[in-house]
Amino acid sequence: MRVFWVIAVFVSLVGLLAVGLQLNPREVPSPLIGKPAPHFELPLLTAPDKSFSQKDMLGAVWILNVWASWCPPCLVEHPVVTELARSGIAPVIGLNYKDARDDALPWLRRNGDPYKLSVYDAEGRIGIDYGVYGVPETYVIDRKGVIRYKHIGPLTPEIAQKKLQPLVKELASRG
Amino acid sequence: MARLLIVFLLFVGRALAAEDPALDRRVTELGNELRCLVCQNQTIADSNAPLAVDLRNQIREQLKSGKSETEIKDYMVARYGDFVLYRPPLKASTVALWVGPFLLLLLGFWLFYRRVARKRAPETQLSEAERERAAKLLE
Repeated sequence: MRVFWVIAVFVSLVGLLAVGLQLNPREVPSPLIGKPAPHFELPLLTAPDKSFSQKDMLGAVWILNVWASWCPPCLVEHPVVTELARSGIAPVIGLNYKDARDDALPWLRRNGDPYKLSVYDAEGRIGIDYGVYGVPETYVIDRKGVIRYKHIGPLTPEIAQKKLQPLVKELASRG
Repeated sequence: MARLLIVFLLFVGRALAAEDPALDRRVTELGNELRCLVCQNQTIADSNAPLAVDLRNQIREQLKSGKSETEIKDYMVARYGDFVLYRPPLKASTVALWVGPFLLLLLGFWLFYRRVARKRAPETQLSEAERERAAKLLE
């Protein structure tokens, strides 16, 4: 009986630790999900004299992708973002985060520009409002301007296919 | 030489005057309560990650503009969730965190009590045969 208890406690402890090890401490649940996308009015990366706001996207389901030329994982996910944009499922807007135009523009020329447009957040102020802490980050925003999903870190083809695409389709069909 | 010293002291004086020690202290105090999300086991006051620097500047700006500590914490929580707080609030989802250690302590006391009680019990109970043997030995 005693041995049974010792083994039971041991096994449950190992189980608990095993689950704990598999959780990703980097994936902090965002409090922004289900909330309206924070307001911004930023200059375009390509045209400093023009500005763009999240309000301009009201009525459409869209994807906001936070990227920077200094961020190696952004380069890793770039083909996935490109594929996502090419599929035409939803417009992908780039948020160029704490970058310099002189670095960001050549980066896009080198790697291709999948974005409908990119806004330029040099000081990272809008990044703070969106709770960005690990570039790249990707948000799905619905027709009413509410954040429905947030992914931290590079997008993988699997996440794009299994999470983003079904979600975007569902949000689009909801009208 | 003396002139050089005066110039040096003037520079030091200006550098010191430019800073506001009281504000710095408040920024550090508040920063110590907040977790840096990039290097998760450091506080915002501790970390030199670019985001931590930005957030420290945010704290400084907001304190300067007269916001209270609670308002700034709410600002951080609205963006990064309860995870930024080193002292998480008591809510339905955090009850286990707050109550768990005390429950474990109670469980420990209970196990300890049971063990002590069980050990003590046999000492007082002798069987008839044992009693007789004891009596014989004592004769």
